[in-house]
Amino acid sequence: MSNKLEISRRSLLLSGAVGAAGLAVSSLPFGRALAAGSLSVGFIYVGPRDDYGYNQAHAQGAVALKKLPGVKVTEEERVPETVDVEKTMESMINLDGAKLIFPTSFGYFDPYVLKLAKKYPDVTFMHCGGLWKEGEPDNAHSYFGYIDEAEYLSGIVAGHATKSKKLGFIAAKPIPQVLRNINAFTLGARSVDPAITTQVIFTGDWSMPVKEAEATNSMADQGIDVVTCHVDSPKVIVETAEKRGMFTTGYHANQAALAPKGYLTGAEWNWEALYPSFVADVLAGTTIPHLVRGGLKEKIVKTSPYGAMVGAAARKQADAVKAQLEAGTFVIFKGPIKDNKGNTVIAAGVSQGQTDIALESMSYLVEGVIGSTS
Amino acid sequence: MNSDLVLRFGAGAKVFVVSLFAIVLSLIVFGIFVVLSGVNPLDVYRLMYVGAFGSWFSWQNTLLRSAPLLLTALCTALPAQMGMVIIGGEGAFVLGGLAAAAAGLLLSDMSVPALIVQGAMAIAGMCAGGAVIASAGALRHLRGVNETISSLLLSYICIAVLNQMVEGPMRDPTSLNKPSTRALPDWAMLGNIPGMDIHVGLIFGLLFCLATYMLMFHTTFGFAARMVGGNVRAARMAGLPVGRLILIVTFLGGAAAGLGGMVEVAAVQGRANATIASGYGLTGILVAFLARQNPLIVIPVAILLGGIDASGGLLQRRLDMPDASVVVLQGIIFVILLASESVQEGINLPGWFRGIKPRSSAVAVAEGAE
Amino acid sequence: MDETSIGWWGVPLAIFAGAIRISTPFLFVSLGEMVTEKSGRINLGLEGTLIMGAMSAYGIAYLTGSPWLGVLVAGLVGTIFGMLHAGICSLPKVNDIAVGIALMLFGTGLAFYLGKPLVQPQAPNLPSFNFGWWSDLQQVQSALKINALFIIGVVLAPVFLWALRNTRWGLILRIVGDSSDAARAMGYSPLAVRLVATAFGGFMAGVGGSFLSLYYPGSWNEGLSSGQGITAVALVIFARWNPMNCLWASLLFGGASALGPALQSVGVTQGYYLFNAAPYVLTLLILILSSSSHRHIAGAPGELSVTR
Repeated sequence: MSNKLEISRRSLLLSGAVGAAGLAVSSLPFGRALAAGSLSVGFIYVGPRDDYGYNQAHAQGAVALKKLPGVKVTEEERVPETVDVEKTMESMINLDGAKLIFPTSFGYFDPYVLKLAKKYPDVTFMHCGGLWKEGEPDNAHSYFGYIDEAEYLSGIVAGHATKSKKLGFIAAKPIPQVLRNINAFTLGARSVDPAITTQVIFTGDWSMPVKEAEATNSMADQGIDVVTCHVDSPKVIVETAEKRGMFTTGYHANQAALAPKGYLTGAEWNWEALYPSFVADVLAGTTIPHLVRGGLKEKIVKTSPYGAMVGAAARKQADAVKAQLEAGTFVIFKGPIKDNKGNTVIAAGVSQGQTDIALESMSYLVEGVIGSTS
Repeated sequence: MNSDLVLRFGAGAKVFVVSLFAIVLSLIVFGIFVVLSGVNPLDVYRLMYVGAFGSWFSWQNTLLRSAPLLLTALCTALPAQMGMVIIGGEGAFVLGGLAAAAAGLLLSDMSVPALIVQGAMAIAGMCAGGAVIASAGALRHLRGVNETISSLLLSYICIAVLNQMVEGPMRDPTSLNKPSTRALPDWAMLGNIPGMDIHVGLIFGLLFCLATYMLMFHTTFGFAARMVGGNVRAARMAGLPVGRLILIVTFLGGAAAGLGGMVEVAAVQGRANATIASGYGLTGILVAFLARQNPLIVIPVAILLGGIDASGGLLQRRLDMPDASVVVLQGIIFVILLASESVQEGINLPGWFRGIKPRSSAVAVAEGAE
Repeated sequence: MDETSIGWWGVPLAIFAGAIRISTPFLFVSLGEMVTEKSGRINLGLEGTLIMGAMSAYGIAYLTGSPWLGVLVAGLVGTIFGMLHAGICSLPKVNDIAVGIALMLFGTGLAFYLGKPLVQPQAPNLPSFNFGWWSDLQQVQSALKINALFIIGVVLAPVFLWALRNTRWGLILRIVGDSSDAARAMGYSPLAVRLVATAFGGFMAGVGGSFLSLYYPGSWNEGLSSGQGITAVALVIFARWNPMNCLWASLLFGGASALGPALQSVGVTQGYYLFNAAPYVLTLLILILSSSSHRHIAGAPGELSVTR
């Protein structure tokens, strides 16, 4: 603590000197002194914010905040998960007077958000990833959505659309969030027809355009006719699939504009609905829970509007399940569920609801998925 | 010794003045570039100053970012003394980080004192990084494989190895959504320099630069190595062990980058994962060239580039400029500085700058060393 | 087994198709770089040129609706970058490798800077020819859907080989590359020849970049190039400055890049990072095998810094 005080004293002295030198602090576009009721919010993205994907979804949330009166939003994109993000956050706090920060990439939390949350107790950190644990700083929060609900609905629509009964899923890495999406998608599709299989290809990283295009093509060559993905920017995959005459379901944001012929539906984040509520809470001084989670019911995720090619049967089944999910009466991971090696992973009679901690460490692929987690 | 210093200073002053002029010119060119994209260059300059050097916070930000660059720059600068262009610092950096994480986890499990864990991590990091670049050196010496290309290819391979290891054999099963190795215990982590928010990696970098400067410019070994760089055939005829010199110097360069990777693991990330490969090795190449491959000049250049990096965020946030603005500026500086090198010969500084009549500095150093 | 599946046969087919799809940028960059290196200079900046080409092609195609105009502009932008490289290199005491690295950085930065507004829009893509009409297999049809640029590249390789051996231009290029002094004695300006050769290399790299953004994968973003430009420079060395070898090397490299996804799609799921690294390992191995410390690499231009 004493260390921190000393630093701020020194920085005050220095900025005083700077002011005297003519590069006046007052000339900064927005200094520390903000009018009462106003809030400076910082957004940090790991990739480009117009990527048709993960970062764009968050940036749409930022756009929603910009419309609020008294809220000033600053954004920085393509910030790697290194000391860069620590310094970006600190710079937002020190130079922009940010009181609320959205570090939107999973890897920003540990160690960077944790470190700065301790150092700046009066700043609220809203991290995307759902990582906060008991004992971690009070002003750090982490949220995430049960987007597998939307993936399940996408699976239903895909299950109706496929003719070859073979679906494709292009994913970055075999991590639990990704596996959960693959499994939900597959379970949704197999609820339509248990003969359906999902081929998985892992590209190895979150943004690899040539690999993603190559994976899409090799799926097309294998006779797969509906493809979806979990990578940072689905743009290349959706475009390539459209060229190959495949159907696609989107992810992160709405990619319908990229594939007018093949875009069935998609699993989207609904950050523009969630973020304004965080800001309202911070302004009102209301306590925000450390972990915020939710799915369709809580309006944290949503589905893309159906494409014109989605048939009536598909719409009917998907809408029915969607209504149950919104009412909180539908469980996706409900036993008996076997993995694709034949082991029972969820026993008959066991229902793992969305809040079930077991789902957080999912390490298997369900029956019907072709691929392996290692 | 004293006259040698004066001579050195006189020659250095010319480099310094020309480089400074090149940087100012680059800033002007960059200013014109931003005007064309509709931004007021004065705002840009002011924000760059504020973001990089305008306050104690900004200074720390700058220095923290320069710490890894000091080490990765040496990976290019040291082999360059022998006439080799190595651009594989990124690979040495990530493999160094991976090896350091492995060593650190192994030893911290045995609960030996922190200093020993850190020492072992540093050695492991340096050995791994050194091995990568030394193998480029060995390939050059034994098979005549071009070291620029081979070090680049090795770099891609190292990154693949890192990914394979942290998602396979070395993965911590509880690192759910960001595959990583297990985290080092807090007590084994490198701390900050007292009174600052900068980890001790900065000191490692500074010491490495100073030590290798002394080695390359003030010892017989360094003289011999640079003689190989000047003319391999002459060096062979003088009976110098060319192969061994190449191996040692490339190993040292790789060790510097590997130590950078160790610092990234032991002071910043606390574990090895894919984000270790975030481009410090690439920026290091730029630092080395801007510093004319001189380990001592690497220090101010790394700080300058750290500052440019630190100010990039402010340009994005305040002026809505693309994140690539700083890369454009770096590119412009690089190009203009290279071009200025040839101009340098033709420039005569005022008499009081020149001091003593120039001699070949290598000869002067050799005399000083003997 | 249903009729749409061809099982393991899909692997060689995917590698074949991938070789054609992925190799084109390598082919163009390496053919251009081959000419540059023949003149005795190496341009590592082609990575930056490639990315600038990709960006400008996409931008022009988007604005004008004509992908071919995009290709042309990409070539012109590449030419400018090549001339910049040659111009700086013609100053005394400037290292061509260093200038290359500088231009790699500058080109990449500039492309990302100017390309920011192009991440979102969709530009029209280059057309392709369907050579697979004779087959009922959809896989074969798609594998034989071949882009015009690839065909141009394939045609250019033997033309280059012929031109290098049999034309006055080829002769001048080789003389300049082997000995500046000899060229000067014969009345040719090495600097001027290298300027032309490097500008041409830039043109080809720019066109290679346009393939990335306008055909495969066919859109512009900042992760588009994963080092294709600089790897192509390495390909030239192991192709030993022979245009036909550049073609084979590019195809090999493209096929190796397709290996990872192709194997996964038939169920080989282990170690995809290592498969992803396969092209680099392959290049390194071939470089090691084809080099020697005792003799000059066959076909190497005498003035080329990287082989001395």
